[in-house]
Amino acid sequence: MHYTDAIRQQTRRLREHSPAQRRLRAADLRSPLHIFAAVIVSLSLLPLGYLFLRATQAGTDSIAFLLSGRMLGVLANSLKLAAAVALSATVLGLLVAWLTTRTDIPLRRLWLVSGPLPLAIPSFIGAIAYIALLGPRGVIQQALSPLGIQELPSIYGFPGVWLVITLFTYPYVLLPVRAALLRLDPAQEETARSLGHSRWSVFWRVTLPQLRPAIGTGMLFTALYTLSDFGAVALLRYNTFTRAIFQQYTSSFDRTRAAVLALVLVALALTLITLERRLASSLRNYRAGGSSTLRQPPLVRLGWWRFPALVFLAALIGLGLIAPLAVLASWAAQAIHSGANPLYSALARPAANTAVISAVTAVLVSLTGLPLALLARQQWSPLGSWLVRLAYLGNSLPGLVIALALVFFAASYLPGLYQTFPILILGYAIRFLPLSIGATQSALAQVNPCYEEAGRSLGLPGWQVNVRVTLPLVRPGILGGAALVFLNVAKELPATLLLAPTGFKTLTTQIWSAQNEAQMSQVGVPALLLIATSALALSLILARDRGSEAG
Amino acid sequence: MSRKSALILSLALLATATLPSLAQDSSEHLVVYSGRSEGLIAPLLEQFVTETGITVDVRYGSTAEMAATILEEGENSPADLFIAQDAGALGALAAAGRLLPLPSDILERVPAAYRSPQNLWIGLSGRARVLAYNTTLVNEATLPASILDLASEAWAGRVGWAPTNGSFQAHITALRVLLGDDATRNWLAAMQANRTVAYDNNRAVLQAVIDGEIAAGLINHYYLYPFLDVNPALPVRLYYFPEGDAGSLINVAGVGIVNTTHQPGLSQRLILYLLGRSAQQYFATATYEYPLVDGVDPDPRLTPLNLIAAPVIDLSDLADLQTTLDMLAETGVLP
Repeated sequence: MHYTDAIRQQTRRLREHSPAQRRLRAADLRSPLHIFAAVIVSLSLLPLGYLFLRATQAGTDSIAFLLSGRMLGVLANSLKLAAAVALSATVLGLLVAWLTTRTDIPLRRLWLVSGPLPLAIPSFIGAIAYIALLGPRGVIQQALSPLGIQELPSIYGFPGVWLVITLFTYPYVLLPVRAALLRLDPAQEETARSLGHSRWSVFWRVTLPQLRPAIGTGMLFTALYTLSDFGAVALLRYNTFTRAIFQQYTSSFDRTRAAVLALVLVALALTLITLERRLASSLRNYRAGGSSTLRQPPLVRLGWWRFPALVFLAALIGLGLIAPLAVLASWAAQAIHSGANPLYSALARPAANTAVISAVTAVLVSLTGLPLALLARQQWSPLGSWLVRLAYLGNSLPGLVIALALVFFAASYLPGLYQTFPILILGYAIRFLPLSIGATQSALAQVNPCYEEAGRSLGLPGWQVNVRVTLPLVRPGILGGAALVFLNVAKELPATLLLAPTGFKTLTTQIWSAQNEAQMSQVGVPALLLIATSALALSLILARDRGSEAG
Repeated sequence: MSRKSALILSLALLATATLPSLAQDSSEHLVVYSGRSEGLIAPLLEQFVTETGITVDVRYGSTAEMAATILEEGENSPADLFIAQDAGALGALAAAGRLLPLPSDILERVPAAYRSPQNLWIGLSGRARVLAYNTTLVNEATLPASILDLASEAWAGRVGWAPTNGSFQAHITALRVLLGDDATRNWLAAMQANRTVAYDNNRAVLQAVIDGEIAAGLINHYYLYPFLDVNPALPVRLYYFPEGDAGSLINVAGVGIVNTTHQPGLSQRLILYLLGRSAQQYFATATYEYPLVDGVDPDPRLTPLNLIAAPVIDLSDLADLQTTLDMLAETGVLP
């Protein structure tokens, strides 16, 4: 599974111990790969350094601000939400993974395919749809008020955000767990059964422990996602760091406080990654036999349990996929029906912009990621592995923070590039480069070194071995990484809002401004377009992953 | 490298090379930072582009966001003009020395109360702060003499406002200027204790008044008329606090030329266009604001500006937004 591998790789890189303390070689510094990597890494870290400077300008004032009761409340909110979403996404992800891989659930293929699809819906669009459904003047409220139900529990605040982000992130747990389940050696479970353990106790004592790395990865990713999510918390009015940062950024004439808050968010994200690394290193999993074990255990017969199981899956897909799509489709129908707006001419430009900027970023990021992945593979280079590890930091940083840092930095030091495409693409690249490196790395890990040795023994110089032997072998991995980057850029909101050149609109910014002006009929079509694009990219990635799993 | 990768590489380079050219590059070109929403100002600017051939790029955001952006950008700001929803943001830029003085042929088009005393910005349209009330829930005779009375027991839980809205925040800044910080803080705390209901924006406040969710709400005057266009019989009226009470602030949406502009002449042309008859007429009919130049009348349903007993205030003094934001947070009005 490249998709999950990308996620897993990124955490694995961070947790790996540096290869035995070799001394830095002078040659390291001269190699073009190292120079390239050093340039890329400093490009991505410079803005952060500037953010730090900007925040410290406030001096003790900023510390007083941070320690105010209000900000401590924001901190508590962020942590509470991240933990809650990680937990609920894990429960949902585990259940769906187990039901679709290990049981005789009816319509298995349908659930297999639709299970990860909520991932194609950006959480801020999900939030817009849920406000329309469950909000104070929403569809459900209007349907219920004739029955005497005056007020639904409010969608705004913690419960609403929790529900919405969970619904659109549980696939981050589902995918790695499902992959891990498929790779498990059934012999261990069978042995435990033969020793008299009940099915339940086998699950708890044998299966679950082996799934822990996958679960840990998925949990980390959902928690990070929640910390950095901006659109859903803003729309559903839950005061987390991203919302507080954006509020400071947009409603105050002075942005020092936004910078201070952003630094705290960076610290939170880094703590999370470190925590996960500590946990994970104590949870190495072992199994007997080689990776060629593809034998699957017999399916569990659900019996009467299949009814609640079906209801659960149908409800999940209904809530995570059908309901939001139905809301968007009704708005789209409204817009097309009314015909009042020049719908197509208004949308052609943003749609083209999204496609072009995502494609260009995907290509550039893949080209940048490849040398870094090759560098990470060179075991002899501690400097190289450090550089790559630093490059991985980007993906743990919220898009809003990266954008903020770049705005500050470019406005002061790069006026020529400020509000231009290179800065926007740099912002995307800092955030999504790790996805590309990860995908390429996991493809590289599968390359049998004997091909490359054969190349060398036939007299090819090192770089030619890379280009003529290794590259063709890892091409699927690189393309998978590129598709991932494309998908994520197309969905990205906060960095796009802050960094896009003046007048440059994408589907996400178009949807955002339409909803800000409460023109819901203009949300439908661009949102559906965006989701269709995402779903396409996602299904390409997943289909290839399934292919590589079988082969 | 395979031929295919070479092709992809060259395509990528080509794409990066052509991307910047998507942005227009012309000597007759203006960059506008707009705190007014796109739906509202874009048609006017498009009209300007068609009539003059000058191209205009607009960056949209909240008024405070755009002001902060210009301050942050310093000498590197690409902005030529700043269009703001309220005078406070213009005052802040003026105080920071970021606006260029305007020539008298522009200034004299608008009454002195609606432009900068230092000639650094000018109002484009007027907007009155009002109390919208539901006539089935509020007896006209019981309407309060002052905005301060809304903190009284009689109005507990019956009033709505929009604390995150820029116009609301500017109004609170005006209260601070007119009544002092302590009185304003006390009033905010009393309103909060009086269970005043917070909404996302003016429109939501008004909708709640129409629905009878609340009896009255503090909004800008012009939000009512689109609702009346759909249903003239709505049980909602606007109330102007009498006798120069701080509640009846008249603020303006306005414009200033950023001091780093390379196009002062073109910028002035755009301002003149926005003060021209057709643009002012547009503000009157499309947004129901008060036109500020002579000879253009507001919508006949509006209370004429000269009949509103607004408090006397220098709108440039509304520049200190940060203290207002802190006060709103301190009193729990803002989350």
